[in-house]
Amino acid sequence: MPALSSLTDRPRAEQLAALRAEVAHAEGARGPVLAFGLGALDGRLADRGLDGAGLHEIAAASSALSDDAAATLFAAGIAARLAAPGSSVLWALTRFDLYAPGLEQVGLGPDRILYAQGRKDSEVLALAEEGLRDGALACVVAEVKAADQTATRRLQLAASEGRTPMLLYRRHRTRERCPLTAPSAARTRWRIGCAPSAPLPYPGVGRGRWSVELVRQRGGNPFSLELEACDDTGCLALPAAVADRAPAPVGAARRAA
Amino acid sequence: MERPAAPPEPSLAAAGAPLPLPADDDPGACSVPRGGGWRPGARWARDGALSPAATSVEIDALPAHQRPTLRVLGRRSEPAAHPFRALPPDERMAGHGAAGRPAVRAGRGRPAVLIARTGQREVVTAACPEALALGLGPGMAAAHARALVTDLNVREAEPDNDRALLERLALHAALHWTPLASVAAPDGLWLDLTGTAHLFGGEARFCRRLVRFLQRLGFTARIAVAGTPGAAHALARYGDDPVTLLPAGAEAQALADLPLPALRLAPDALTAAARFGLERIGDLYPMPRGPLARRLGLAAVERLDQARGLAAEPIVPVVPVELPRAERRLLEPVATAEAIAQVMGDLVDDLVAALQARGEGLRAAVLEAVRVDGDAQRVAFGTARATRDAAHLQRMLAMRIERIKPGLGIEAMTLTALRVEELAPVALGAMLAGEDRAADLAPLVDQLAGRAGEDALFRMGAVESDVPERAVRRAGVLSHPPGWPAWKRPVRLLSRPERLSHVVALLPDHPPRRFVWRGRRYRVVAGDGPERIHGEWWRSAREMWAVRDYFRVEAEGGERFWLFRRGDGVDPPTGDLSWYMHGMFG
Repeated sequence: MPALSSLTDRPRAEQLAALRAEVAHAEGARGPVLAFGLGALDGRLADRGLDGAGLHEIAAASSALSDDAAATLFAAGIAARLAAPGSSVLWALTRFDLYAPGLEQVGLGPDRILYAQGRKDSEVLALAEEGLRDGALACVVAEVKAADQTATRRLQLAASEGRTPMLLYRRHRTRERCPLTAPSAARTRWRIGCAPSAPLPYPGVGRGRWSVELVRQRGGNPFSLELEACDDTGCLALPAAVADRAPAPVGAARRAA
Repeated sequence: MERPAAPPEPSLAAAGAPLPLPADDDPGACSVPRGGGWRPGARWARDGALSPAATSVEIDALPAHQRPTLRVLGRRSEPAAHPFRALPPDERMAGHGAAGRPAVRAGRGRPAVLIARTGQREVVTAACPEALALGLGPGMAAAHARALVTDLNVREAEPDNDRALLERLALHAALHWTPLASVAAPDGLWLDLTGTAHLFGGEARFCRRLVRFLQRLGFTARIAVAGTPGAAHALARYGDDPVTLLPAGAEAQALADLPLPALRLAPDALTAAARFGLERIGDLYPMPRGPLARRLGLAAVERLDQARGLAAEPIVPVVPVELPRAERRLLEPVATAEAIAQVMGDLVDDLVAALQARGEGLRAAVLEAVRVDGDAQRVAFGTARATRDAAHLQRMLAMRIERIKPGLGIEAMTLTALRVEELAPVALGAMLAGEDRAADLAPLVDQLAGRAGEDALFRMGAVESDVPERAVRRAGVLSHPPGWPAWKRPVRLLSRPERLSHVVALLPDHPPRRFVWRGRRYRVVAGDGPERIHGEWWRSAREMWAVRDYFRVEAEGGERFWLFRRGDGVDPPTGDLSWYMHGMFG
């Protein structure tokens, strides 16, 4: 019996080694993983975070400008956590309506962000691809309305080649249709919308809340969560349990804020 | 003797006469005491007689075989000049090349002259001392000179090369002695010694050093230091000493005795002056300026003022720049992209080697491709930071290869660095200890700028203004702009605030309860504010009293907006209490 077991063991060990090498190769193709630092979020992601050499798509939940701002801040928060001091994020876009002081308040200071304004979407994608391949940037964010499968595939290849994360921010083209319905080579696809914030015990606006929906991911299941918006370092937070909270003002008291 | 139409070459006749003037034994010829000033229309001038000194100069100017014999001249009573006393002044004047000053320096090889073609005739422009001794001189016809001296070494004059040499000297001066140096065509240099002479131990020592420097190069230099360029020009060419240091303010006095050509007058002004009997600069001083300008031209008066320091004459300095460049001339014209890229690579390698030698990096360059039909195609590019990385430069050029239209073929290509900056090695610092240095963005910036244009890349920096739309400004890509104060600001700002309708709000400082924007009703559940921003009265009168009260509000669905109301709700001049949407918080 020991002879038999050794015979069966030997090929199994070789297979194991081959599998290990394969896994190591696949891991090598992936970049460093950026975790959100939230168990509820990271635990459901296949990579336990965002792949540092992959394409991630972000879109607003609706074509409303407030959802658009929430999705922008979500991307900016990820970029801010990726950008170490001294490194830069490239933000490529066609129409410049970002307000830089607002971006600074999620951790993307003026010395960490470099804007590139293209004339049309194809140029923005080309700029982003070039930025990815160079590898000197901490992260590349591109705002486009249209990006087909070929474009996203190119971006994904460029990201894994330059080992730079790519955040593709997809703006709404029409009022009804979500831009994330089109096929794409992205590793994760996020849909962000505004949610009512927790009421404060005193007049004022509390920390914003977003409904974060992971529409698709490679090797994992979609899910949706409600999270508190980025703080000044770009970190998200889980909403405190309702039980820990002071009783919400009701009726006229709330409206008087 | 006939009176010449123009006065004889006056410059050196008396000013720097090398021979001691003989005692004049002909008192009838001149009524004016020797050495004194003369007036136009004096009797001796009217008579048409010339001073003996001038006559002797004129005789000396003639070639040896044309000089009148003693019998023609008549018996003269002056003693023969001492042979050895005549030597030093002759040598002094030799470098000046003035006609009629035979330098005694024989036996130094063949006499040489330079000739230049003017129209149909060839004219001698310069002659060596030997040739001068034989009576050849500038202004003589070349055929005449050849006829006079059989084994004459005749060379073509090269004024362009002379000029280039002078420019190189000026460049050397600008790099070594003074920032303001310029060529004084055709034979001199202007150096502005203001504030630089003390670096070389004073003006006298500097002049000695300069003379020695030029001697080593094989030139005989004459230097004058004066308060005005005009005076220095005149004294260096017509002064007595090889080195003249003129104290400030003495220009008029020093120039008075010099001949008129020292003033750099136009030839017709000189002719006119000769007709009026004006010979020395000092003669112009007492003359009224109006008539003088009418007769000699305004330029002459201006030259006079410039020489005396009454009018400014700035020196236009040469800029000591030698642009590094690389050139390839091709045996066969090239037209394909691969061939052009190959030549580009060679050019970049050459240029990088040149830059390496100079310790410089490239900021802007232009590639010029000369086609077979003579058309030059230019492609320019710039870099965000000085670089001499050959691979990077080649990539930048390759991006622009499609802009070159080769036509029938390109036969020469030149790469010139238009702008260079010093590029020294950088200390690695803590890199050896394992610390990472931040990646260099400059190559990427160059590539992106090459693709989308230089204006497409920017950063956003702060401007000291509280008005939100004025608080941001585009900044340079590699700059480090300052940030903003930590007041809550939206992430997207409407380019133009949009008016809200149907606003229900409590005055003076409550956020609205509800409003309608873009056709949709919003009910506000929470609000922060107001943040009062006053108008910038120093920009326009309309903003004198203007006030905006900004509110951060959250609507029922969780939308967070940035609204403002014009006016503080109390004083009517501050605004009309209308409400606007300005931005979105996420």
